[in-house]
Amino acid sequence: MNLQKDKFFKNSFFCIAFVSVVAVVMICSCLFVGGMPALEKIGVKEFLLGTKWRPSSELYGILPMILGSMYVTMGALIFGVPIGILTAIFMARFCPRKLYRFFKPIVELMAGIPSVIYGFFGLVVLVPLVRDNLGGTGSSMLTAALLLGIMILPTIVTVAEAALRAVPESYYEGALALGADHVRSVFFTIVPAAKSGILAAIILGLGRAVGETMAVIMVAGNQTRMPQGLLEGVRTMTTNIVIEMGYATDLHYDALIATALVLFLFIVLLNLSFSYFKGRMFGNG
Amino acid sequence: MVNCLKMQAATTASNLLGITVWVAAGVNILSLIFLIGYILAQGISYLNWELFAFEYTTQNVSLFPALVNTVLIIVIALSLAAPLGICTAIYFVEYAKKGNKLVSVMDITTDTLAGIPSVVYGLFGLLFFVSYLQFGYSLLAGACTVAIMILPVIIRTTEEALQAVPVSYKEGSYALGANKLRTVFVVVLPAAVPGILTGIILSIGRIIGETAALIYTAGTVAQLPENMFSSGRSLAVHLYVLASEGLFMEQAFATAVVLVIITVIINLASTWMAGKLMRGN
Amino acid sequence: MNKFEITNLNLYYGDFQALHNINMEIQEKEVTAFIGPSGCGKTTLLKTLNRMNDLVEGCKVTGRVLFDGKDIFQVQDVNLLRKRVGMVFQKPNPFPMSVYDNIAFGPRTHGVKKKELLDDIVEEALVKAAVWDEVKDRLSKSALSFSGGQQQRLCIARALAVKPEVLLMDEPTSALDPISTMKIEKLVLNLKKEYTIVIVTHNMQQAARVSDKTAFFFLGELVEFDKTSKIFTAPSNKKTEDYVQGRFG
Repeated sequence: MNLQKDKFFKNSFFCIAFVSVVAVVMICSCLFVGGMPALEKIGVKEFLLGTKWRPSSELYGILPMILGSMYVTMGALIFGVPIGILTAIFMARFCPRKLYRFFKPIVELMAGIPSVIYGFFGLVVLVPLVRDNLGGTGSSMLTAALLLGIMILPTIVTVAEAALRAVPESYYEGALALGADHVRSVFFTIVPAAKSGILAAIILGLGRAVGETMAVIMVAGNQTRMPQGLLEGVRTMTTNIVIEMGYATDLHYDALIATALVLFLFIVLLNLSFSYFKGRMFGNG
Repeated sequence: MVNCLKMQAATTASNLLGITVWVAAGVNILSLIFLIGYILAQGISYLNWELFAFEYTTQNVSLFPALVNTVLIIVIALSLAAPLGICTAIYFVEYAKKGNKLVSVMDITTDTLAGIPSVVYGLFGLLFFVSYLQFGYSLLAGACTVAIMILPVIIRTTEEALQAVPVSYKEGSYALGANKLRTVFVVVLPAAVPGILTGIILSIGRIIGETAALIYTAGTVAQLPENMFSSGRSLAVHLYVLASEGLFMEQAFATAVVLVIITVIINLASTWMAGKLMRGN
Repeated sequence: MNKFEITNLNLYYGDFQALHNINMEIQEKEVTAFIGPSGCGKTTLLKTLNRMNDLVEGCKVTGRVLFDGKDIFQVQDVNLLRKRVGMVFQKPNPFPMSVYDNIAFGPRTHGVKKKELLDDIVEEALVKAAVWDEVKDRLSKSALSFSGGQQQRLCIARALAVKPEVLLMDEPTSALDPISTMKIEKLVLNLKKEYTIVIVTHNMQQAARVSDKTAFFFLGELVEFDKTSKIFTAPSNKKTEDYVQGRFG
């Protein structure tokens, strides 16, 4: 009697837990069902490698957006990775206790600031800054990369700090015992030992940058052409969807879903590699 | 002598590296302080009571309806996602067997959900809730969309909170002849409440900051909603619309100030809650 | 009368065999002490008696344990077994709720809902566990706000509140100061008038003071089981003698 009851509840909980699987399956199938017709009509090769996105003349090539996403993300990593990892090292090994109690909430707050606020800040501060000092309109690849670089900092810092803290204290003590000073002990024993976790942090940051939309929209210019240069405007895959979704119909609409499908597959790939490195760092947890 | 020089070089390099670490951390913190400081300094003077007028007009550009919409979306989304997320976490921690294939699949899907960009959620919400289920642009469609988005946040924080509950509580309960369900709901879950609340506060923060997932699901109507099926813009969407139209920059600044202040409060609350959890154990 | 009859009991954690072919009988309304060095299986055996080992993944049991003549492994409802066989743990583990709710947890679990009835049960249990005078004015305070010794007696009261027949105690005083320990030992001697008590202890003086029978375990085997007075004065096994005289362990 009681056993049956326990079983019943176990099964109920299982069904509820299964909702997240259902959600992922539904998102996948929505994107596939919605995007496949466009891919068939346009052709996978033309869609992925086409250099012109001109819905009015039925040209749907998303290469400009793929490259746009890649360049902007890469730029964000160039800004964000060194500062993020160094900050994580600071938090894990250099920060005095008292300062840490002030630092940690600030990093958490950084993660909590809405992307539209970052975008707004970019719009009113970074765009004029770039325009006045470097020329162009200011809404550019560089501005977007800079802004994304700031936005991915908390992600990188949090994951990398956890990785650095997971390294056994004995490594550090061993290095100290050999006569290395604090800085060397940290950089030559702890950091290498945390390398998988730091890589996971970078990948997670990369995912955030690729997926970011609203902040990029507000500072990137969003021109649908092949990326022209650092100070020229670009459009990413994410912004392409938001900008045109409001008025798209028919094939154009489907082509936007197909863009989301490509983005989704890319993110899933990143997530899998993140899980892989996370597993290597923290065990299968 | 040569050795001595080498040592010196090593120390200099060490010092330089040490300084770099401090500088990087400084840049990190300062960028946030500058961002918040700039928005507050520029925006606070634009705050006025008209912004909180009951009705939105192009004269007052009131953010009050957007605030109400945001609260409604949060309430609906949490009432959907919180029970689901908490029960899922209970399944993972208390029932699931380690090494079960299906359980690891569920684990991966939870991570996947956490990684999906909000614009993809927005698109999914548009395809599924708005079009397929015919909710139309509505608070309900928006709330359903963000509910899925915050599900992994709630699952993961609840899981952590449940795992942090001492095993001795569970043993004590079982030893008194309580069954699993009673043990979980009467002993374990109450002890995990601060952790679960932290997760819920974090989720509220995510919803407040969300734009991409709401703009094509809840829509952009700037008025107070009549019911769940009314379209309405959230505060973040409101700011986006104002900033991208460029017509009401002063009000955009003021809206940004409100949004920043809310974010800071939410974060303080979750930090406080997490601190309470640490002291509790 | 025999409360428990254990025959050919073997217990495995995965590949590791923790108990080897245990045979013993535990008498009603007596105090039985389990002694032995760490890892000898005494706690494992104790936790087998109310099937708390079921919670350990990969735990497997062969053999038979009769409780009032019925095999506990055949019992359908393990919760009913645990109601009849109460347990007190090594470290006091009151739930993070009020004293009252802690004590009432068990009775409520087993269906007591009436307020007056619960009040009576709570008071009776606290009186029996000799903490009533210390907590009666603070029943709504969190149980965690009391001292370790008080918490342990609250846990004993909590176990008594479900009206068990047997009380299993897993090193109940190992985390306590000497004065609290004395109080709990006195309590044990009082309780045995009504309950069958099995106590695991590291402390040989404690076993000598409170128990009627003593079982000495070593490496998962029951080496000797006899009257306490005999175990501590004239054990028949050399290992037992060495252990009770403090030569190892």
